[in-house]
Amino acid sequence: MGAQQRVYKAKINSTSSLRKIFKAMELIAASRIQKAVARAQSASPYAREITRAVSVVATQSNVEHTLTTEPETIDRAAVVVIGPDRGFAGAYSANVIREAEELVAHLKDEGKDVALYTVGRKAETYYTFRERAIEQSWSGFSESPSGADARRIGEALLAAFEKPAAQGGIDEIYLVSTVYRSAVDRQPEYRRLIPLEVVEEDGAAAEARVSSQPDTVFPLYEFEPSAEEVLDALLPRYIDARIQSALLSAAAAEQAARQQAMKTATDNADDLIKTYTRLANTARQAEITQEISEIVGGVDALAASGASD
Amino acid sequence: MAALSVVVVSADREVWSGEATRVVARTTEGEIGILAGHEPILGLVAGGEVRILTPEGTTVRAQADGGFLSVANDRVSVVADAASIVD
Repeated sequence: MGAQQRVYKAKINSTSSLRKIFKAMELIAASRIQKAVARAQSASPYAREITRAVSVVATQSNVEHTLTTEPETIDRAAVVVIGPDRGFAGAYSANVIREAEELVAHLKDEGKDVALYTVGRKAETYYTFRERAIEQSWSGFSESPSGADARRIGEALLAAFEKPAAQGGIDEIYLVSTVYRSAVDRQPEYRRLIPLEVVEEDGAAAEARVSSQPDTVFPLYEFEPSAEEVLDALLPRYIDARIQSALLSAAAAEQAARQQAMKTATDNADDLIKTYTRLANTARQAEITQEISEIVGGVDALAASGASD
Repeated sequence: MAALSVVVVSADREVWSGEATRVVARTTEGEIGILAGHEPILGLVAGGEVRILTPEGTTVRAQADGGFLSVANDRVSVVADAASIVD
């Protein structure tokens, strides 16, 4: 076998073993999407109830709470970037980081100092590689975030929020994450977590509330022990729930992105294998043609020399 | 008598949902019993057991730690960080 053919054969072999890996990863990601979506859905009743309760307290009482009132000056804003732990997910991590960078630039334009918090190894390495200061980072759970993970993040953020700005405290917290809408639709987005704007988690939750309660006006509630204390207890939970649902949505989006990226990689490997097979065939054919013409040439030369004898 | 519709949710899932005639829970202010037609209330659950009496006469006991209880329009939600049904 000729040298060129051998080169092509080696390329085909290595590409097809890569293709097997891509295919396996695609299938794994596809099965994990369902799991991640199911988890996000099962956590949504909690987020819905908390959101409802916080809206009730916020709309009905005139409680002034540090978490809900806008500070007069915002010196320092925290940006929490929720990224993946592993790569192999196409532009997933790059997209969420780009969104975060846009937000950071925007905040800096407004004269605010930015404190970075990262979730997931990819987001962390992006900033450490560029020698940018990270306030705190968490990783190791991007694919299956638990309630405890969200609580850890929430606690750290609240602790920083309660410190005065002079001691490295923060006045504002933004969450940058990828929102999973469907297997093919996901969008990096940023939302402000604190000071609080009470929002519905998603359209489905809002719909569910409207249909179960045609009058969107909340009835007059009694608070026990008092509106302030209820709000005190609710807000940290509300923040944890928001972080948790962002983490779960990001986990589902990560798997969807990975599945799509691996599908593309498998398709590309198929294309490469096809191209190399064609090239190998051409090389083989060229070799055969050359051999034949050498033989024919040899015979001709022999015949010519025999005739001249 | 009209029944209450009750949901018990924890941080990661819906633990229990169904009809009930009475719900007894302990808030930070003390025990509270809720029947149909109760005024809207939002109270903090002090931890411990929430007892849900179903129309069939059975009692569902749920362990709810650190959460709140909201009642409105005969709809009761018990929301806790961690909740489980105790047999």
